[in-house]
Amino acid sequence: MHPAYSVILFTTASGAGYGLLALLAVFGAAGVLPANTWLGFVGIGLGVALVVAGLLSSTFHLGRPERAVRAFTQWRSSWLAREGVAAVVAFAPIAIFGIGWVFLNDTSGPFAWAGAATAVMAFVTVCCTAMIYASLKTIRQWNNALTLPAYLVLGLATGAILLVTISALFGVYRPAFATLAVVLLALGLAIKLAYWRQIDTERPRSTLGTATGLDRFGEVRLLEMPHTEENFIMREMGYSVARKHARRLRIVAALTLFVVPLALLALALWSGPSLAIAMGILATLSAGVGVAVERWLFFAEATHASMIYYGRAA
Amino acid sequence: MTSLPTVTGDKRLGLVIDLDTCVGCHACATNCKEWNTSGHSAPLTDVNAYQAEQRGVWFNRVFTYEVGGQGPSARTVHFPKNCLHCEKPDCVTVCPTGASYKRAEDGIVLIDHDKCIGCKLCSWACPYGAREYDEDVGVMKKCTLCIDKIYNKNLPEGDRVPACVATCPSKARHFGDFADPDSKVSQLVRERGGFDLMPETGYRPTSKYLPPRPGNGANGAPKKLEPAPDLAGAGKFLRWVDRVLSR
Repeated sequence: MHPAYSVILFTTASGAGYGLLALLAVFGAAGVLPANTWLGFVGIGLGVALVVAGLLSSTFHLGRPERAVRAFTQWRSSWLAREGVAAVVAFAPIAIFGIGWVFLNDTSGPFAWAGAATAVMAFVTVCCTAMIYASLKTIRQWNNALTLPAYLVLGLATGAILLVTISALFGVYRPAFATLAVVLLALGLAIKLAYWRQIDTERPRSTLGTATGLDRFGEVRLLEMPHTEENFIMREMGYSVARKHARRLRIVAALTLFVVPLALLALALWSGPSLAIAMGILATLSAGVGVAVERWLFFAEATHASMIYYGRAA
Repeated sequence: MTSLPTVTGDKRLGLVIDLDTCVGCHACATNCKEWNTSGHSAPLTDVNAYQAEQRGVWFNRVFTYEVGGQGPSARTVHFPKNCLHCEKPDCVTVCPTGASYKRAEDGIVLIDHDKCIGCKLCSWACPYGAREYDEDVGVMKKCTLCIDKIYNKNLPEGDRVPACVATCPSKARHFGDFADPDSKVSQLVRERGGFDLMPETGYRPTSKYLPPRPGNGANGAPKKLEPAPDLAGAGKFLRWVDRVLSR
């Protein structure tokens, strides 16, 4: 599948944004984080900025962005519409919780409930994003049980790294934040390793024989394409540039998204709060590169059933 | 509404494509483009039409496959492919805007181009590669089964068939109602063993394909061809002698 930059930015930025917002909401509502104006402004502001940037960038790949508001209507059948509705609904508790924290310095009582609702809606929205991909039966690399947990854990893990950095900058860092990030990163690595193993070993669901129904006569081989130039289907579904370097890019993703941030945060845990700022910033930069490579691979390694007709495996 | 219709109408319209008689002439694709570039889905935009890297919207694409390996059982099969108007079309249910819909009355899968936002998700959901993006208009386009032709009262009744069916010179394409067990398409499917493409995906296409009839295994063909005699250097006279003696 063609990895559109707008969709990579959308899924990674909104994932990290919702992860950060969910963690801020939980720790704020629980009183672990102080209801300090600037901490709330920067933390919630960054979370909202990431979510909004992601949602806006997702409209850039539309042919008719001026009609985007129509995309909220079909939530009964479409995960994309559900994602849009959930994202908009989520802004209500985020706004209430943010106003309580930033302007009233209060994250208790009703604002704590808004925080709980924020965490729930962040979870629901990321689930919907993942299901857009996981529900497509045409792409075996997405239509499996590991796509949803990967989106959830990677959103939370990147959000947790941001939480470590922000809390350290405001002097409210706690080792529990780094521990949480380390656990989530380890879990994320395990999920992605299992995912890569699964897509490598799974048998293709369809072949040129079943696609054409001609397997009854023996082996089927493409003799002639319908045309000499690439059509929309081939450019959109037949992307194979990064697949050539998939092995190396997987190592890059595993190192920069999981191993390096994990080591940096473990170092912060071992050395105490003094190093937390530096380690948090370095881990953020590394994971930012890593999650973009991971998402690029998620698209580039995905093969589409329609390409079987064009003589490719899927 | 992108939920599938809960009630089905009296008709289930679709095509039967005969892989035995298709000669791969691409007339179906050409006539489809001709009709549809000025009809319900107009225009079917072409980009760089007269230069390199040309691309554009086509509803019908004709592949050619080689089947059965090498030797006497091998055969060449021409394979036209367009929207199959599935019974369970995921391309419809994934649509976030309501632009995609399946008609209850005849099962035709259509796009309302005024509602489409061009997110392309429907093309991702189709295993047959039947939906194409019109980059000039910014919306998705697809086969309409020539909805503006098959119901067109201004046309003589005999012309009210999809453009691809009307033009096929080898009668490899048939249009009809699969809900009617006595229709020509239903009979063809019964008699010739019509089948679904990619049945394992569960989309339940309405349109069916007919398998090539069994070949004769190249019976009667000479076992071995004699090499032509080497006449290089022979003049006109000797070539005439050769022709006379070869009779």
